[in-house]
Amino acid sequence: MECVFQRPRSLSDKPMHYCPGCMHGTYHRLVAEMVDEFDLLGRTVGICPVGCAVFGYEYFEFDMIEASHGRAPAVATGVKRCLPDRFVFTYQGDGDLASIGMAETVHAAARGENITVFFVNNGIFGMTGGQMAPTSLLGQRTTTSREGRDARTAGYPIKICELLSSLEGVAYLARVALTSPKNINTCRKYMRKAVRAQLDNAGFALVEALSPCPVQWGMKPGDALAYIEDTVVKTYPPGEFVDRVK
Amino acid sequence: MALGAIAGGCDCFFGYPITPQNEVPEILSVQMPRRGRVFLQAESEVASINMVYGAAAAGMRAMTSSSSPGVSLMMEGLSYIAGAQLPCLVVNVMRGGPGLGSITPSQGDYFQACKGGGHGDYHCIVLAPWNVQEMYEMPGLAFELADRYRCPAMILADGVLGAMMEPARIPDEPPVATPPPKPWATSGRNGRATQNVVNSLVIDPYELRDHNRDLQKTYQRMQSEVRHDARFDDDAEIVVVAYGIAARLALSACKLARERGVRAGLVRPITLYPFPAQAIREVGKQAGRVLVVELSSGQMVEDVRLAIDGAVPVAFYGEMGGVLPSPEEVCEQIVREVR
Repeated sequence: MECVFQRPRSLSDKPMHYCPGCMHGTYHRLVAEMVDEFDLLGRTVGICPVGCAVFGYEYFEFDMIEASHGRAPAVATGVKRCLPDRFVFTYQGDGDLASIGMAETVHAAARGENITVFFVNNGIFGMTGGQMAPTSLLGQRTTTSREGRDARTAGYPIKICELLSSLEGVAYLARVALTSPKNINTCRKYMRKAVRAQLDNAGFALVEALSPCPVQWGMKPGDALAYIEDTVVKTYPPGEFVDRVK
Repeated sequence: MALGAIAGGCDCFFGYPITPQNEVPEILSVQMPRRGRVFLQAESEVASINMVYGAAAAGMRAMTSSSSPGVSLMMEGLSYIAGAQLPCLVVNVMRGGPGLGSITPSQGDYFQACKGGGHGDYHCIVLAPWNVQEMYEMPGLAFELADRYRCPAMILADGVLGAMMEPARIPDEPPVATPPPKPWATSGRNGRATQNVVNSLVIDPYELRDHNRDLQKTYQRMQSEVRHDARFDDDAEIVVVAYGIAARLALSACKLARERGVRAGLVRPITLYPFPAQAIREVGKQAGRVLVVELSSGQMVEDVRLAIDGAVPVAFYGEMGGVLPSPEEVCEQIVREVR
């Protein structure tokens, strides 16, 4: 009988620790699919962040480095500059990438580092218990914005794709909501281009996946997905922002 | 220092400008690309040390250079490097502190360099050059020791050494550095049966305890690498302990003291970690008294007192803020201690 669906070779068989309704597991699988599809298992170095994906190295079969909070793009730069023929990616959440690691993110993009960033934006600090992130929506209730995020004291959500799109070092930028099989297929398409950007030495590439955090949002998994499609995308419109990949 | 790093097999340099060490990145920005090696000016010292972390994880001889405030910014990254058991080289050309301090020479970062600096129980190998010759030779030694013990090495210099011009012997064709194989490196599996992971996260307390015990065993093994230099110590009635530029001042002061009939000797730690406690204890006890000279309020003196363990008196003389005492002033102290 023909096998039509199986675990990617680059994904390990360890049970993942993610909460019910979280899309990290799906995004991990997509990363592994990309490594398989481009036949990169033997020359991939992945960098995982501090945050929910901190144990990311458990779930992949290629070499991995665990970075300190926010510094994954700098760590990736160190690897890629020395080993330019490797496929080097970071996997980062919004607290890691858009808060503490903003400088490393912006400068890696500005330098046009040939690295690929898989960014998960759930608008909250998930691992530490649901605190406000720079990406939290206005009015969003978190454990450090009990009455909802107030722009007068906590400022405005940071839109990473829009922010980075002015930088000439960027080869590819796209945002997608991980909310349906159709969108997951779109995500695959974007990720493929983000990998291609690096293999072509075209520059910095980033795919932002809008992802639910049902536990910290206080929602049922299904409601969390609907919330992304109804509300989150108004602040974070999906689409391709920069595409210099041939 | 820059040429020494190249001779020592430095594969890549990541750094951020700060006085008084800018000659190192300036020279390497020219010399590294010429040899097909990596030079990158990072956006901050935080990024520099994390680029070093990535490159070291990939099996490279990776280096950064900075001065006190910049090195403070690197402490988190250095702790990760120590935790993940990666070799690398960090150079600190110390300047006056605390805070922005000044750009004048100091030895105020001894505690930071030798007692950890970042969080957690760890050590770096710390080397202290006292002339341009050692500034050239130490990067190679530092890489070698770092590779041998899979730990960060630091060269602790100061603003005088950073700006000093003096003759040094640099071989026309230095021996080619031969780093050991690094089967643990995360450089891509490339046919290897299983993945490599570079990590300092050990969530199980018992496993983390065992990991820490392994690190401590490494620091114990490292004690055999201790190095020091002794001058006029055979007949000394007082021994001065000093490192780096303070040791140059102290050596001049010892010679002046001898002209005045005081038999002063010098012990100069070359490795600050591991610390040459045994040599200092032996020479100190034989002399009967010890004077520690530092460009700080007194940091290494604590290790000297631990080494001497109350056997003989240990006095301290130091200057802070980038003020250099003259050999005559240090000589005065030596004479005063004896008479």
